[in-house]
Amino acid sequence: MVTTSEILSTLRMIDKQKLDVRTVTMGISLFGCASDSDERLCAKVYDRITHMAGRLVKVGEEIERDFGVPIVNKRISVTPAALISGGMKDPVRLAHALDNAAKQTGVNFIGGYSALVHKGMTQADQALIRSLPQALSETERLCGSVNIGSTKAGINMDAVRMMGQAVKQLAENTKDSGGFGCAKLVVFANAVEDNPFMAGAFHGPGEGDSAINVGVSGPGVVKSALEAVKGMPFDEVAETIKKTAFSITRVGQLVAMEAAQRLGVPFGIVDLSLAPTPAVGDSVAQILEEMGLEVCGTHGTTAALALLNDAVKKGGVMASSHVGGLSGAFIPVSEDIGMIRAAESGALTLDKLEAMTCVCSVGLDMIAVPGDTSAETISAIIADEAAIGMVNSKTVAVRLIPAPGRKVGDNVEFGGLFGRAPVIAVHPFSSKEFIARGGRIPAPLQSLKN
Amino acid sequence: MNEQKRVVISVLGLDRKGIIARVSNALYNNDANILDISQTIVSGYFTMILVADISSEECSFDALSNELAALSEEMGVQIRVQRSEIFESMYRI
Repeated sequence: MVTTSEILSTLRMIDKQKLDVRTVTMGISLFGCASDSDERLCAKVYDRITHMAGRLVKVGEEIERDFGVPIVNKRISVTPAALISGGMKDPVRLAHALDNAAKQTGVNFIGGYSALVHKGMTQADQALIRSLPQALSETERLCGSVNIGSTKAGINMDAVRMMGQAVKQLAENTKDSGGFGCAKLVVFANAVEDNPFMAGAFHGPGEGDSAINVGVSGPGVVKSALEAVKGMPFDEVAETIKKTAFSITRVGQLVAMEAAQRLGVPFGIVDLSLAPTPAVGDSVAQILEEMGLEVCGTHGTTAALALLNDAVKKGGVMASSHVGGLSGAFIPVSEDIGMIRAAESGALTLDKLEAMTCVCSVGLDMIAVPGDTSAETISAIIADEAAIGMVNSKTVAVRLIPAPGRKVGDNVEFGGLFGRAPVIAVHPFSSKEFIARGGRIPAPLQSLKN
Repeated sequence: MNEQKRVVISVLGLDRKGIIARVSNALYNNDANILDISQTIVSGYFTMILVADISSEECSFDALSNELAALSEEMGVQIRVQRSEIFESMYRI
């Protein structure tokens, strides 16, 4: 039997420390929907998604009520669209079908307007990438992602160039909302096939017909636990984080198993991520500051983040039967009140964020840069980040918002879970000729590592 | 024989007369069986944790939950009903 103090501790985590399940995401394969007619393809996609996920939101709410733990998002991920859009004249039609299916099922986002081009691009991939600015500005709930590099294939620099242009154009198309469209587009290297988190979720080609993937959260719980070991050596810090991560992940595992059973869909994975929200007390930056840093971004931040990321995984792995997705601490700047403050104070720069992504999940995430940042500079930032992922065999992502008309020091307000992004500086020097080369950066050696 | 289904009911709020009586009455009305109960008052704040078996066919989680939600409103104390697995999974392997 559980003790009274354990019960009260859980209630405190939910009420005060914002423990929640961040997302229950249903992955749905769309391979069976392929058709030689655009109209039939779109109709089959819409029917399949609304049939499979028709009860997702309702079941999510029931589980929330039964266990008394909030499930913040219910979402859908689908087969990368470019894998089924080969015969289409215009993939934007498919984008609208996906968006309409999301609205019908009541989920807040659907991910998978995606292409996997780490080695080469088919015509369908190219058409989809070109359509991203239109597709993501005309739809509401659709998210897109493109995998432009991997440890085994190297980096596709032609795709990197195209993605810089796509990000720039998407910002322009959504300038009335500060370039918000870019919050729905992720550029990956080493993308995973079972990620439940948006905007980068898609149901990979190696997955089955469907799966339930769950993303846990709880930066506030970790921070509160660390308050009890103030001033103690790092061994204690790591142990405390591991124990907390274990408890948090168990909630995710329970919810995942329950959702899978109630929906009649196989359980996929639990993603052991610490995902912050803009709410006070739900911040990854504040965990790092709790370890003794005056402000996130100062010297010591990378080491603190490395410890946090590793301990979260060690604690979480034993708590779940299948771990996957991105699994690690997220550092999305606009979605973390501590990161926002650190960026505003000048302590957190793009270069420091890049260093931090070497030791955590996932990458340069939700960062607003000046509106006059060139497409080539965005491509070059993507290339740098992809190189980190490629060499270190880890997933990395770039989700930049070149906010139209804004300059360093301005703020872009996105609202809700997306928060507020202070515009931070990029280097003023050109990478134009570097990006103009195109071709591929070869895959790195996996031995002789020093 | 049904597997035992348990809920944890937590009541937090300013102390007042009849909290235990009213909550246990709601459980009785819904055919839930109280397995364990612990209660403390710290500086005027009432904290009760109650574990109940709701395996009976007459007992519905939703009905019990709705009745306790109405009671929570009426008495001005926070009452929560949660399936016990959440606590068991967090602290037991």
